[in-house]
This record gives sequence, C-alpha cells and structure tokens, in this order.
Amino acid sequence: MLNGLNQEIGFFTDALNLRAYRHQILAANIANADTPNYKARDFDFAAVLRNARSNMANLPLAGTSPLHLGANPSDMSTWVKPLYRQVLQPSLDGNTVDTDVELAQFSDNAIRYQADLIFLRNKFQKLQMAIQGQ
Amino acid sequence: MSLFNVFDIAGSAMMAQSQRLNVVASNLANAESAVSADGTPYRAKQVVFTATPVRPGEQAMGVQVSAVVDDPSPMRKVFDPKHPLADANGYVTMPNVNVVEEMTNMISATRSYQVNADMMNTAKTLLLKTLALAQ
Repeated sequence: MLNGLNQEIGFFTDALNLRAYRHQILAANIANADTPNYKARDFDFAAVLRNARSNMANLPLAGTSPLHLGANPSDMSTWVKPLYRQVLQPSLDGNTVDTDVELAQFSDNAIRYQADLIFLRNKFQKLQMAIQGQ
Repeated sequence: MSLFNVFDIAGSAMMAQSQRLNVVASNLANAESAVSADGTPYRAKQVVFTATPVRPGEQAMGVQVSAVVDDPSPMRKVFDPKHPLADANGYVTMPNVNVVEEMTNMISATRSYQVNADMMNTAKTLLLKTLALAQ
C-alpha cells in the first residue's frame, strides 16, 4: 500500500522538483540578459521527466561511496544536463538570451508548476476521501 | 530547493542593474565636468557584468559586476578660447560621455530591474502556493 502511495505521489513530486529546477535555470537566463558571452540554457522537460521516471523504476543508482555523484536523484543538478538554446537573433556581445522567449517560458513554467500543485492537492483529497470512507 | 535560488539570482541581477544605474547617473551628472578629482577631465565609466554562481559549487548563475572600467573612447573637444582650461588652439577637453548612449543604458537597466522584480514575485507566489498545499 505504502509503495503504491509513493508511486502515486512520487510522479508529482518529481514533476514539481523538475519544474522548480527549470524555474531556476530560466531565472538565471533572464537575470543574465545583459551579461556579455552568457549563453541561454534550458532542458526538454518532458524528456527529462520521462527519463527520470523510467530510471528510478528500473535502474536505481548504487551509491557505494558518499563521493558518488548522481546517487541522490533529488539533487537535480547532478543528472539534469541543461542544453544551450538555439539563438534566432544573436547579439554582438555573444549573449544569446532573448528576454521575450525566456519570459514566455518562465510564465509557462510557473503556470504549469501551479497546475502540478493543483493535481497533487486533488490527489491528496481523493486519498483522504478513501481513508475516511465517505 | 531550487525555487529559493530564484531569489538569489534575481537579487544579484537587481543589485548589478542598480549599480549600472548608479554609473549612468554618475556619467550623466558629470557630462560637462572638464575637471574631475584627479585634475583631468571626467572619463565615462561602464560596468562589466559576469555570470557567477550564487554560492560556491551551485549551478544557479547570478550576475556580478566584476569591474567598473573607464570608457576608452576619445575625449570630446570643444572650441571655446575664453574657457580657462582651453589649450593653445582654443580647444577645451570635455568628458567623453555620450548622453544618448547613457539614456538608452538607463532605460535598459530600468527594464531589466523590473523584469527581475517580477521574477521574484512569481517565485514568491509559487512558494506560497506550495506552502498552502499542507493546509
């Protein structure tokens, strides 16, 4: 039962964690909109989430030494590798941040984060209903 | 928690942009200062932004003003023989401040500052909603 519960909730936890991590990356892009030679970064959310789910189900990493990286899946930065964004309008100073694109992605990500929260809350409500036997 | 890093990132960017605004203010105020503290005409200053991790070992990239450099462009020469600082040919060396450039710089810094403030607000909303999950 508890394992099933974990599987139910775990997906949303992963999704929320990934959304928060993407939020941080997009924030760094916007913050560095005026930094020379800064390259905008992002990752394919759907692909990474799918990867994370299948990896955690099939191949749990064995951390035989505390120095091993990637043994702790909640630390996003060790296993999510952000890529560089394709630039449409390169600027002279080598910066590839397009503030409009980044802001659009930022808002999109924020709304999807809130959607994930609502799904998670619904899940909890359903579980509560099942527990109380209503 | 990644969302808390957004505050550090946006905060560092806001600090850098306000420093840029400070430099713009200094340049505009001294656009006509033929003599600065060291006796030579005022030289326009520019900030240099670099992306640095908000904490050592952290992947989140904030912004830092790594240096304030003097603008290397040539000084402005104004013909004014009556000026006490005029040279033998009647020219006075004036600061190399480009007022139009500084004004655009100011608008850009203001907009970036606003965007970062909005970003902080969004992160705050998300965190509060996450907290409300436990209620």
